[in-house]
Amino acid sequence: MSRRKKTEPYVRLTQPLVRDSGILRPATWDEALDRAAEGFRRNVANGGPDAFGMFSCARATNEMNYMAQKFTRAVIGTNNVDSCNRTCHAPSVAGLAKVFGSGGGTSSYQEIEDADLIVLWGSNAREAHPIFFQHVLKAVNKGAKLYVVDPRLTSTGKWAHKWLRLNVGTDIPLAHAIAREIIASGLTNMSFVERATEGFDEFVKAVEPWTLPVAELETGVPAELIRELAHAYAKADRGQLSWTLGITEHHNGTDNVLSLINLSLLTGQVGRYGAGLNPLRGQNNVQGGGDMGAIPDRLPGFQDITNPDVAKKFNDAWGSNFKAAKGWNLTQMLEAMERGDMTTVYIIGENPVQSEADCEHTIKRLSNLDHVVVQDIFLTKTAQLAHVVLPAAAAWCETDGTFTNSERRVQRVRKALTPPEGARDDIEIMGEIATRLGADWQHKTGEDVWDELRSLSPIHTGMTYERLEKLGGIQWPCPSEDSLEPSFLHGRLWEEDPVKRGMPATFSPVPHSPPVDELTSEFPFRLTTGRRLDSYNTGVQSGGFESPLRMGETLDLCPQDAAALGVTAGEEVRITSRRGQIQAPVRIDDGLTPGLVFMTFHFPDEIDVNIITIEATCPIAGTAEYKAAAIRIDKLPVKVG
Amino acid sequence: MTIVEIGLPKRLVELTLDGESVRVPEGATILDACTASGKSIPTLCYGDTLKPANACRVCMVEVEGSRTLVPSCSRKVEPGMVVRTDSERTTHSRKLVLELLGSATDLSTTPHVDEWMSACGADPSRFGPSAPPSQDRDERRPGEHEEIDGSVAATVRQPTKVDNPLYVRDYGKCIMCYKCVDACGDQWQNSFAISVAGRGFDARISTEFATPLPDSACVYCGNCIEVCPTGALSFKREHDKREDGTWDESKQTETTTICTFCGVGCNLTLHVQDNEIVKVTSPHESTVTHGNLCIKGRFGWQHVQNR
Repeated sequence: MSRRKKTEPYVRLTQPLVRDSGILRPATWDEALDRAAEGFRRNVANGGPDAFGMFSCARATNEMNYMAQKFTRAVIGTNNVDSCNRTCHAPSVAGLAKVFGSGGGTSSYQEIEDADLIVLWGSNAREAHPIFFQHVLKAVNKGAKLYVVDPRLTSTGKWAHKWLRLNVGTDIPLAHAIAREIIASGLTNMSFVERATEGFDEFVKAVEPWTLPVAELETGVPAELIRELAHAYAKADRGQLSWTLGITEHHNGTDNVLSLINLSLLTGQVGRYGAGLNPLRGQNNVQGGGDMGAIPDRLPGFQDITNPDVAKKFNDAWGSNFKAAKGWNLTQMLEAMERGDMTTVYIIGENPVQSEADCEHTIKRLSNLDHVVVQDIFLTKTAQLAHVVLPAAAAWCETDGTFTNSERRVQRVRKALTPPEGARDDIEIMGEIATRLGADWQHKTGEDVWDELRSLSPIHTGMTYERLEKLGGIQWPCPSEDSLEPSFLHGRLWEEDPVKRGMPATFSPVPHSPPVDELTSEFPFRLTTGRRLDSYNTGVQSGGFESPLRMGETLDLCPQDAAALGVTAGEEVRITSRRGQIQAPVRIDDGLTPGLVFMTFHFPDEIDVNIITIEATCPIAGTAEYKAAAIRIDKLPVKVG
Repeated sequence: MTIVEIGLPKRLVELTLDGESVRVPEGATILDACTASGKSIPTLCYGDTLKPANACRVCMVEVEGSRTLVPSCSRKVEPGMVVRTDSERTTHSRKLVLELLGSATDLSTTPHVDEWMSACGADPSRFGPSAPPSQDRDERRPGEHEEIDGSVAATVRQPTKVDNPLYVRDYGKCIMCYKCVDACGDQWQNSFAISVAGRGFDARISTEFATPLPDSACVYCGNCIEVCPTGALSFKREHDKREDGTWDESKQTETTTICTFCGVGCNLTLHVQDNEIVKVTSPHESTVTHGNLCIKGRFGWQHVQNR
């Protein structure tokens, strides 16, 4: 079965590199740091602070992310800082923050175990979040019901009591139909709706057209199943709704998230023990990166950057003068590069050349820049385009700090290995560059940085390293060193007292918008992408170990489609989209239905799937529609001779 | 609507342990009570993250009024219970159990077993020299037994199974404690790749039809290895280093950090020797993992030391 071409695993970077006459050559640390700083200074002098962009790292510690956004705001003076959360869960953060005021999952893992109904929507948690799924299975084995909503019958779906097979990109019609059914059956939690929400009447009007038969036509899910899920969710004591990138990686990802949040508001399945909304985060510290303010629109602790008082607090603390205005997100930065407005970028531990949709386009944009600095543990494809490459220590095992997980738990990261000779700590490197740019930065340990963050971010104030150690991590919010908050968020919505209840949660009457990349007779197949159990993202890390499960990149399709195309398992086929063309071997998967095909994105060095994905992005969160490309599949001509 | 039990607060129960009065929460086992009062009871099949399997019989204690000895790992405390852990009867029982296990199984990589044996005077060699390893344990059917002539001690010895790059299965060290089966099954991993096959002395842990692991339902989470008490299951890296004599626990450090892959935030304990990760475990008390990991967390660390 394995047709995988052998690729050499990445080897750690141990010497800085600088580009001379188009070629990267080894350099001393001093030379490389001088070059890095000089390039930033030159571009900011020419184009102003907004000519600079920071790609911070969702894999690095909270401390590093805090310093990266501080570097961007305090040293450079722009808010153009973002991270790869843009490619995955930015819509979840945007949606949750819009409705509830903070962008985190609302429950803890223990509550999943204690739920009596779990809905996994657009999530293959069995493979992408295996230990989270163990908590789900604890609940299932105790008697909870599991519903899985997914176009594919995945290994997660095989555990479901009911699988709702929807057409790709019809999540909003399905959510609206569930809402309509709940309302029409009198199952709305009216006391919650009246007390804690706004916009109910408008929402009722918006979902009115989505009757069960109409929804069945659009989504492909039988009306009876939609009805069953609606009733089960509305009647559950403790209903959990979790989602992953099947919801967010669409051109309208934020709307998709909002349509799910609506269901929790309608039924009161939020703000109570065991009931909640949980985006399953895809990277070790993608939650923390956002929490630390390494996003263009929020300061550390989700504080609103457009609020002048908040901005002043930080400017006073840092002795800086950044504006109380949103910066560009990753998608907007890439566009600014194309226009020529952004001319320099500092990329820490990210590999956008291989992770962004329509990657050829990304390469062109990065090639436009005057000065690219990449700080990484490997010479990735992105690093190969850089003008200066700085070898970093691996955050999770070579530094001290913290990560924040999907249940908002801040946990200690500890140094277990000495980094290879020549590699340096991210925060130290950043400090060297800051000093060269004239900033007064002393080197701080992870704990010093954390204490600075705690003094500025109320939701982290109570989390000393000592307490994190003693309690096995603490979930935010934790405003006081003397107490712990409940394990779930937004309990305030259930308060009697309107003052304690605070800002009401608003229903979102979002419109349906089908995938941008239309299916036509020329491009008749819907391609969706995802992860497999033993591999991870662009494979830079997971390629480092030998896995008996690994089969390399394949084009998965159902037996009927394979028969219609006249192709068999293992046969190489040509795959074409409106953006590009690749070849991959066929794999037959019974979990797919005619017209739907699947690929991972784990092996870009061999088969680069993001050549054919579409870069249609969510206007609110900037996440691309990785989950819905239109492609054609061609059998290769038989070789003669 | 399904009703899911989420539990009630616990009361304290008072009992007498080796003459001393102790109080522990109701529902606790005798073993919990012993641990809480600082007594160390030898046990092999007990797992702090698993339901008691009652398989190894090493942890037996005497309860006043009970005709037989009771397994402390599973017997729950009752008010007024009088328990003795170090009576002649318990020592005698432990001696015989360890002798039988030691004679049939290779316990050379089982932690603490030497101390336990010398404490109770166990001598596994008194059953005679070990029978040579057999090649057909995976194929034996119930009832098809060879007559034993008594000249050698029967053993479960068999060739070590090395059929994939991540795990090694050395079932000559297996005491049939069921922990791996429970960890792979509905208690944690729910993969059901392994189970008990055969009967009596021929019982063994097996994949379906004894296929090699790569052809089984195994997903290489390593959660069976995490709970194996004897080293019958081990990581390939550890196995290889033991084979070539470079495995040295006295030179290893253990540091707990967080996994670098998805956002679940699993706690990893990195076992490091000479600045190389040689093994990854997970703290059993972690509320995120309860000692469980997936293939990426357990094995996905080599990239940092490709230097």
